[in-house]
Amino acid sequence: MNDLLHTPLGRLWDKSPFVADFFAETELAAPDKALTFAEYVQRMDQFQFADCGMSAEQLMEYFTAYIQRLEAIGRKENKEIKSLTILGGRGKSGCPELSEFTVRSGEIACVVGPTGSGKSRLLEDIEYLAQGDTPTGRRILLNGSEPEPHMRWAAEDKPVAQLSQNMNFIMDLSVRDFLMQHAESRLLPENTRQSLVQNVIACANTLTGEPFSDGALITTLSGGQSRALMIADTAILSASPIVLIDEIENAGVDRVLALNMLVKKDKLVFAATHDPLIAMAGTKRIVLNNGGIQRVISPEKAERDNISCLSSIDQKLMRLRALVRAGRQIDFNLEEYFSPQKTDIENFSIYFNEKGEEK
Amino acid sequence: MKFITFSGPPSCGKTSVILRLGEVLKESFGVVKFDCFTSFDSRIYDKAGIPNQTGISGTLCPDHFFVSNIDACLKWGERNRLLLLISESAGLCNRCSPHIQNIPAVCVIDVLSGVGAPQKIGPMLKLADIVVITKGDLVSQAEREVFALHTIRANPRAEIYAVNGLTGQGIFALAAALKRRCVPVGAEPLRLRFSMPAAICSYCFGETQVGSRYSTGTIKQMRFTDQDQGERL
Ligand SMILES: Nc1nc2c(ncn2[C@@H]2O[C@H](COP(=O)(O)OP(=O)(O)O)[C@@H](O)[C@H]2O)c(=O)[nH]1
Ligand SMILES: [Mg+2]
Repeated sequence: MNDLLHTPLGRLWDKSPFVADFFAETELAAPDKALTFAEYVQRMDQFQFADCGMSAEQLMEYFTAYIQRLEAIGRKENKEIKSLTILGGRGKSGCPELSEFTVRSGEIACVVGPTGSGKSRLLEDIEYLAQGDTPTGRRILLNGSEPEPHMRWAAEDKPVAQLSQNMNFIMDLSVRDFLMQHAESRLLPENTRQSLVQNVIACANTLTGEPFSDGALITTLSGGQSRALMIADTAILSASPIVLIDEIENAGVDRVLALNMLVKKDKLVFAATHDPLIAMAGTKRIVLNNGGIQRVISPEKAERDNISCLSSIDQKLMRLRALVRAGRQIDFNLEEYFSPQKTDIENFSIYFNEKGEEK
Repeated sequence: MKFITFSGPPSCGKTSVILRLGEVLKESFGVVKFDCFTSFDSRIYDKAGIPNQTGISGTLCPDHFFVSNIDACLKWGERNRLLLLISESAGLCNRCSPHIQNIPAVCVIDVLSGVGAPQKIGPMLKLADIVVITKGDLVSQAEREVFALHTIRANPRAEIYAVNGLTGQGIFALAAALKRRCVPVGAEPLRLRFSMPAAICSYCFGETQVGSRYSTGTIKQMRFTDQDQGERL
């Protein structure tokens, strides 16, 4: 016996916000709350069924599934994924690839290789949690074992978020309203949404050289601002513990800071990239060739030591972008500006304030 | 022979998804395409080497046209020894899109249609077994998540798959789901999941004059907030 169908609606109403949502969204006539849903459906006439395009039985199934699935989403706790293991398959010519390696949460695995070498295919295998059922024959294990089947097909249980260069905002909303919608769609408790949203905006603004306000329309943000907002939003508001990044370079965002932001939220990050800065910031580098994983490099000290130099050049470049944007000229000595000894920007205080923002 | 129905608003990516499916399915399959006025999909299917037929409903309701021709389509498939037949129809009024009992019903929608779209589409989406969301490559993660939740609200019973109609990302999951659900069409007659909307009014029979005196048959009056409820005549 299905309790949802045979409990008076009034009682369900008090217990679950989704009952009111159901009637609002289906445009069914407001019910007498003393009735159960089964009784309510019994009292509908043929025209009312025709209007909603469902039979009594279908409506009852729909009602039950609606309440149960949304309640499950609301209850869902972020499942911790501590590690992702790739059991190698084969490359394009059919020869076996590197057999096995594991990436742990808080790690950044960069995926490198020439165009056509299979970077996107690897990201797709991870997204699909492949189990030997894709052309590569790879298998993906989470926390050391095969993922539960629902993680592969239930849209709300997918553990993988994606970011790429082609993605744009299309909703006609302000930054604040947009993030609120995202928080609502997670069915997070109402009292936590506001602060999460503020947190996303603050974090996004640390990533871009051009801060934006919470009232700005998301469709009017610049490329760098959009990317910064997407990254901060994915880090803080997306439930997915695994983040796949497909070539977000030259976007006018501080990429090292961005990766660190994701890692701090215990995301497991895979980034397909040609960008030396991102590649060097990674803790593992997966080298692809002809469709297969050729080897996995763990960057050594010499490489890690180079990050700060490259990162400082990158930040200096970002500041130059800001100047161009502000209609200023870059008429100072760039050799001096870029010289490695000048890790700070004091000498250029006529252009920048102490936070590095243009004056 | 197995049979799958694909429906979805125009240009949402139905043909693209069917083509990507063709690349991963090992069986020989054919497509029947239903449309109102014209359709260029046959060229696309021809080019991909997929046997196909097109039905143009013209002056008829495309969904009624679809149902009254399914039998003939199945026979075409049998004659051509197909192992799988896929129908592609545009679900033009968003109202019925005739899903059939025991035949996997796939509804395709694209994220660019706006977050409200899943709830506006009606039975075509609400009664589908599988919902495929396309064009996710063009929007942010947040928008994909919001759209997915609206889709779940519109059809909480459905399995929902994100598929990229261009690159085929996500197609393996869809192919596996269809394989799980597909059973060969039996000898017993097919049944619609729900009766199609009634549309027998004076205008169905060629009435051109406008006004309540001329509207007869199954009609429904609109409801205005400053007046009493509309009525069915
Ligand atoms: N970016 C992108 N474009 C797509 C995707 N799926 C389909 N399209 C494009 O959308 C347009 C309409 O697709 P089509 O399959 O003909 O839609 P149909 O009318 O539903 O059959 C075509 O130009 C496709 O290339 C997708 O996932 N991403
Ligand atoms: Mg088409």
